[in-house]
Amino acid sequence: MTVLAPTAQSMNAMSCHICGLLVSTDYITAHSAHCPRCDARLHSRKPNSLNRTLALLIAAAIFYVPANIYPVLTLVSFGKATTNTIMGGVIELAQGGQWTIAVIVFVASVLVPIFKIVALLFLVLSVRMKKTRALRQRSVLYRFTEFVGRWSMIDIFMISILIALVKLQSIATVTAGPGAIAFAAVVIITMFAAMAFDPRLIWDVSREEDDRN
Amino acid sequence: MGEGAAIENDVMAAGYTEALVACPECDLVHSVPEIEDGEQGHCIRCGSLLYVRHRNSLDRSLAFAITGLFFFILANMFPLLTFELDGQSQSNRLIDGAIAFMDAGYWELGLVVFVASIVAPLMVLIVLISVLLPMRLNIAPTNVKVQIRLLTHLKPWAMSEIFILGIIVAFVKLSDFADVSVGLSLVAFVLMVAAVVMAYMTLDDSAIWRRLKELKA
Ligand SMILES: [Zn+2]
Ligand SMILES: [Zn+2]
Repeated sequence: MTVLAPTAQSMNAMSCHICGLLVSTDYITAHSAHCPRCDARLHSRKPNSLNRTLALLIAAAIFYVPANIYPVLTLVSFGKATTNTIMGGVIELAQGGQWTIAVIVFVASVLVPIFKIVALLFLVLSVRMKKTRALRQRSVLYRFTEFVGRWSMIDIFMISILIALVKLQSIATVTAGPGAIAFAAVVIITMFAAMAFDPRLIWDVSREEDDRN
Repeated sequence: MGEGAAIENDVMAAGYTEALVACPECDLVHSVPEIEDGEQGHCIRCGSLLYVRHRNSLDRSLAFAITGLFFFILANMFPLLTFELDGQSQSNRLIDGAIAFMDAGYWELGLVVFVASIVAPLMVLIVLISVLLPMRLNIAPTNVKVQIRLLTHLKPWAMSEIFILGIIVAFVKLSDFADVSVGLSLVAFVLMVAAVVMAYMTLDDSAIWRRLKELKA
């Protein structure tokens, strides 16, 4: 028999997701479902976490296609127009010999979004299939996914700077393309997906297994 | 570690406790030990950060937040970059990226950039100062509960540090075919990000609640 590590849930308590105060379920039934310290609504686990995460991942995957097919910006310089997709922008940087920046943009704009979708999908499915292996590794994977997600916004900010700065009529102008909207949607929707996933569910499975023994 | 049901029930007699903390990422319950200033506590099971202690946490965080606000204001007053080609030049301010998206009809992107580069970073600084400054002056701040919740929700959307990388990429792309120079605001913006990072790093959330209790007592 394994020794059960006490979790808030097993103690009939829940911790506030804002301030971390540990509140007993007795208190909640007697008083209110709001944190006595910060007033946030208390819940033991994020409500409907797996379904919400999955729905957001599907939405992100749909936007991922136009985000990569449609141009994100067009540069017109002395009558010559160059149109870039996300990947096109990376290739152009690399061809210009800007390897460091090319790698940063490639990682942030190409690898991170697809990595986030795959990693969160793996986390949702592994919880749903009640996998009990690599619990700590999956926790670390979640933490990493949540941390890197925001960095994909680099391209959106870069475009906003270029279109504000490069508007010298007849000499050079930069305009944004529709791919930028789809790309920003992927980044934001995957951020919401990471927020919707409750990493405690990874560990709940091991407790259910222990309870059965 | 909270061991045995007896201790747990005792601790939870009031309905809630500050003596125990459940890991936000795996729910394992830990007792909150007395740790040294500058130390951190990590979950023994999943490794997530549970608590930090800093000497004068609130004062230091306040000082960094005020510094950050000062640099944020400066960052909005001058050009970020100046672009020169064929004898003509054009500068941009921090807010111009959001405006340019709006002008081009991409209002969703304008809104996203406006929130991530201006609204959220500014709100984070204002909330930090409006919670920490009254405490420093021995006054209980108003609406702390709302403000702390707001701060938690704002944090992921304040993307100043990412915006800086966006500026660097834009700079590199443009310097291929034009003269680009760095404006005063860019320096201020970088300093603001450094101050905000320090304000977060020195802030010990539990110290806010402890101080609040002292002030109300
Ligand atoms: Zn709370
Ligand atoms: Zn943990």
